[in-house]
Amino acid sequence: MPMQPLPMAEANALSPWQPGVFSLSIYFAAVLVLTIVLLALATWLGERRPSVEKLRAYESGIIPTGTARLRLPVPFFMVAIFFLIFDVEGAYIFSWAVACYDLGWKGWSQISFFIAVLILGLIYIWRKGGLEWGPTFKKR
Amino acid sequence: MIETIVRPLLIIAAAMGTALTTAAGLIWLERRLLAVWQDRLGPNRVGPFGLLQVVADMIKIFFKEDWIPPFADRPVFVIAPALLVVSVLMSYAVVPFAPGIVVADLNVGLLFFLAMVSLGVYGLALGGWSSNNKYALLGAIRATAQMLSYEVFMGLAVMGVVILSGSFNLQQIVRAQEGMWFCIPQFAGLVIFLIAGFAESHRLPFDLPEAESELIAGFHTEYSGIKFGLFFVGEYMGITLISMMTVILFFGGWMGPLLPPVVWFALKTFVLICVFILMRASLARPRYDQLMHFAWKVLLPLALLNVMVTGAIVLAFD
Repeated sequence: MPMQPLPMAEANALSPWQPGVFSLSIYFAAVLVLTIVLLALATWLGERRPSVEKLRAYESGIIPTGTARLRLPVPFFMVAIFFLIFDVEGAYIFSWAVACYDLGWKGWSQISFFIAVLILGLIYIWRKGGLEWGPTFKKR
Repeated sequence: MIETIVRPLLIIAAAMGTALTTAAGLIWLERRLLAVWQDRLGPNRVGPFGLLQVVADMIKIFFKEDWIPPFADRPVFVIAPALLVVSVLMSYAVVPFAPGIVVADLNVGLLFFLAMVSLGVYGLALGGWSSNNKYALLGAIRATAQMLSYEVFMGLAVMGVVILSGSFNLQQIVRAQEGMWFCIPQFAGLVIFLIAGFAESHRLPFDLPEAESELIAGFHTEYSGIKFGLFFVGEYMGITLISMMTVILFFGGWMGPLLPPVVWFALKTFVLICVFILMRASLARPRYDQLMHFAWKVLLPLALLNVMVTGAIVLAFD
């Protein structure tokens, strides 16, 4: 592998990230600077023309009523909860996948059991109506 | 000295330059290609073949009023588009353009990419929420739920690739495809990853967060000037990024005969970008409940099964 020894790597500061930590931090700084420069440049160059019409939220030309700090429908909240469950589970599957070959059939059967439990969970929330959206759910 | 300092700096400059120029070129390419498929001309006035149209738009966007609505949440409103662009640009750090040509050759490159893609959600969610506009809010919550749902199995879809190559390092994943590109043994993974990629970059057919016929412009309704520009460029850099990742994970990255590796990588990415644009030209937008049903009821179980089956096959044949 053509990996150059980098200053940070030699200092052994952040061992698991060694191969690129120097480049990565410089790159991150460059990206930040670029974004800030773009934003600042536009603020500096842009013209200013205040008008009463601009003080109103644009909602298709209809005069806005009330605030936009509305409560969200419950299905969105449930998606967030399901995301937590299934994405954390994903982390376990990731760590198995990278070592699949070494772990062999033992590891495979364990992760299969794990995935089976997850699919059971998915079937459960499915049957409970957790994945339903909109009017089809109300009719039932 | 040259090897340790100058080389990384050159690669950093190249990576950023590539990201920005491809995003600009892509805006032009998309408008021209859409025009071809819709039997019209597209932008052809500024410069040869309209190539300088993007430059003209850039100059114009800088001189636009940098408007922050008084009803908006000021700091969040400014940070949101920057957050999106930074998170997308950071993902470019792990993309190996050719052997050794990579900003940061992390051993967890693939996880880094997934993490940065997830961070992009914040840009959309905060942008829509801070606008204090009902359409923007609707767009933002749609975007959040959609991207969260598709993210779940985006990671799972590439686990087949990780099992086959035994690494999260993107260079090693490409090297593992010397015998056969992973698009053949991991065809299911490829399809799921591409669909998730479309949804993650919220492009048509999955552009419900900004569905202009329903929500004006969705989460960026109140944005104008360079802040809108950042959202816009972020979207196009996202398309390039997903195309690059698909090439790396499933189409052998830089590998190919005769031509130099970088050229092969660029060619394959270009073809995939054209597929992205073709999808926009040819597919209609699904309903939101259809979108979510498809994610949770079809793609998630498929991705889980794909992981199990791939693991079993690898163990059975080696």
